Amino acid sequence: MPSDYLPILMFMMVATAFGMGALILGEIFRIKRSYPEKLMPYESGNPPVGEPRMRFSVKFYIIAMLFVVFDVEAVFLYPWAIVFDKIGFYAFIEMIIFIVILFVGYIYAWKKEAFTWD
Amino acid sequence: MLPKLFFGYYAVVITFLSVLIITRKNPVHSVMWMLLLFFHIAGLYLFLNAEFIAAIQVIVYAGAILVLFLFVVLLLNLREELQVKRFVGSWPAGLIIAAGMLAIVVNVIKSFTAAPRGIYSIEYIKNATHTKALGQVLYTEYLFPFEIASLILLVAIIGAIVLAKRKLRS
Repeated sequence: MPSDYLPILMFMMVATAFGMGALILGEIFRIKRSYPEKLMPYESGNPPVGEPRMRFSVKFYIIAMLFVVFDVEAVFLYPWAIVFDKIGFYAFIEMIIFIVILFVGYIYAWKKEAFTWD
Repeated sequence: MLPKLFFGYYAVVITFLSVLIITRKNPVHSVMWMLLLFFHIAGLYLFLNAEFIAAIQVIVYAGAILVLFLFVVLLLNLREELQVKRFVGSWPAGLIIAAGMLAIVVNVIKSFTAAPRGIYSIEYIKNATHTKALGQVLYTEYLFPFEIASLILLVAIIGAIVLAKRKLRS
């Protein structure tokens, strides 16, 4: 069984080799002539102001959390779709219940304006 | 020989990556090593004929939960924490706890029987494919826990919004 995934393994190895190879070849062959202005971070021609380490808004956390929850919901649909023809209508009802319960959460998030940015 | 080699590779790399994750000073680096760790764990699941769990490992853990980890790390903005000395507790206490854990694991492994009981034998799962066998059990026998899972996810949505939205207002 694991041998079926050999193409995926090869794909990942080629992808890793390509990514690392490009960086290593660049490091070997590129001309290194650096001066302070060249090493400065480029911000549209302006001199950089402040620190790059900025505190992120908590809004990102809500988006990530909602993404995780609905990702898990979608994951439950995969085995359900595979066994659907064996279990039939019964499976349909139970998945509807599952989705309706999560839909309550979706409505709640919507009404609390979790999807609006400002 | 090849399966043993395969398993050995995953065992060594997973251990090594776990040590890397807990010893990095920059939490963002820890999260990045964790991404590699999750992919290796997915490979290990694939090796155990659990292709559905492997897919979940990549989709949910590497795809979604790691993003959450990264956002939380960026949210905390650990500027001072990067400069302070690494916190290391007294090593005898750590050694005793680790030895205790090892004793528990060894004890559990001793009482572990490899032969699966019931109708869900290795041959059955190999025939029906892992995802199908899992679906058949999950949506009939374990229907109630499956519906409970949706309630837990609902609590996660509401909890996140209650916690974060209150912070936004103030």
